Amino acid sequence: MRFVDEYRDDRIALALVDEIRRTATRTWTLMEVCGGQTHTLIRQGIDELLEPEIQLVHGPGCPVCVTPLALIDEAIAIAKRPDAILCSFGDMLRVPGSQEDLLMARAAGGDVRVVYSPLDALEVARRNPEKTVVFFAVGFETTAPANAMAVRQAKLLGVENFALLVAHVLVPPAIVAILVSPGNRVQGFLAPGHVCAVQGWREYEPLARDYGVPIVVTGFEPVDLLEGILMTVRQLEEGRHEVENQYVRTVVRDGNAPARAVIDEVFETCDRAWRGIGVIPKSGLRLREAYRAFDAELRFPREGAPASESELCMAGEVLIGRVKPDECPAYGTLCTPESPLGAPMVSSEGACAAYFLAGRRRVEAPA
Amino acid sequence: MCLGVPGKVVDVFEEDGIRMGTVDFGGITRKACLEYAPEVEVGSWVVIHVGFAISTVDEEEARRSYELLAEMGNLEDIDLPQTPEGVRAEDYRPAGPAEAGG
Repeated sequence: MRFVDEYRDDRIALALVDEIRRTATRTWTLMEVCGGQTHTLIRQGIDELLEPEIQLVHGPGCPVCVTPLALIDEAIAIAKRPDAILCSFGDMLRVPGSQEDLLMARAAGGDVRVVYSPLDALEVARRNPEKTVVFFAVGFETTAPANAMAVRQAKLLGVENFALLVAHVLVPPAIVAILVSPGNRVQGFLAPGHVCAVQGWREYEPLARDYGVPIVVTGFEPVDLLEGILMTVRQLEEGRHEVENQYVRTVVRDGNAPARAVIDEVFETCDRAWRGIGVIPKSGLRLREAYRAFDAELRFPREGAPASESELCMAGEVLIGRVKPDECPAYGTLCTPESPLGAPMVSSEGACAAYFLAGRRRVEAPA
Repeated sequence: MCLGVPGKVVDVFEEDGIRMGTVDFGGITRKACLEYAPEVEVGSWVVIHVGFAISTVDEEEARRSYELLAEMGNLEDIDLPQTPEGVRAEDYRPAGPAEAGG
């Protein structure tokens, strides 16, 4: 029990574990949506401490993992153009496209640069006016305010050689997709605390009501997660299905108003394909008409054959919580962080990488 | 990129018409946009997502979550040199988890 050794809060954590086990009168299956939360749970071994009363399955909240293959291929194609510079967050570099990744595009002569902030990509554009500088805008609601501001500044400052390759995804439509998927077993959700710091939780209220599932906005420290699990289990045991907020020190119901205003000014919702899952209606963001001139997909229309995935990789099943990473036949053998078949093994927020880094072994399939 | 990294605001200034700040992450300082955290001032503790302050935290929580993020290898790219030309992909060295494996 790693966190018993490492955390000063171990007594609180163990008291919460006891309380969860006392409260649960049967097995409940819960999903944490955020990949950062998955890492805490797996690394601290919290999932194993709570079994069998609580089954934790891991959600699609890894932005790198769900960015569709076609957009990765598009980013690689743009990177290879002599008239373009592709800027990205570092964790996209090794995500496999259908043939190669962004690092290989760089080795083949493409100009690929890593930036810390989308505003840094805007600066690259100002310094390279002869090139089109494309920022690969991936992420959930947490990165949307940053990417929106970069485009807004590009327009205000007249930086016409800047563009976004937009791959933005939204959490609530993904929760609906999981709830309506055949064979869904998730009975309650831990909603991602930092996503809700931006968006608040109003949009989760109709989900809890209409689908009859408890949703608890939860932070990412071990004690946060245990408290979020306890709040969810209490609702399930009492037959309630509401949105509650465990992460009160950071999240308010209406989220971050200035950030939401800029997102709404720059982006609108659209249908979006999720890697491994497929198209989820109204689950993405795209640039509004007033900012469409900054859309890299319009500047560089897509060419080439449709993308295809590895046939071995079970990332799609992992991302909706149907299988756990260590149940995949390729886990830890054909697929490792050094040589990933699927994106969840690459990213610091991917569930497969979380299992691998925690030293989890592959589970043999039942005969 | 969804967790954000806590840091302390050590300077506030305006650049290209927006409110920016210098944020100290345990000795590494980075420029960050403060437009979404209008209440913060020098000395405030904030959570930075890809160069933008999204929320505030207290110092104790900031310390705790920083340690946890470092252990998870999830400190975004705060140690990435913030040069005006970005970092070329071949020079990119991600910071991995503090200790990998079981």
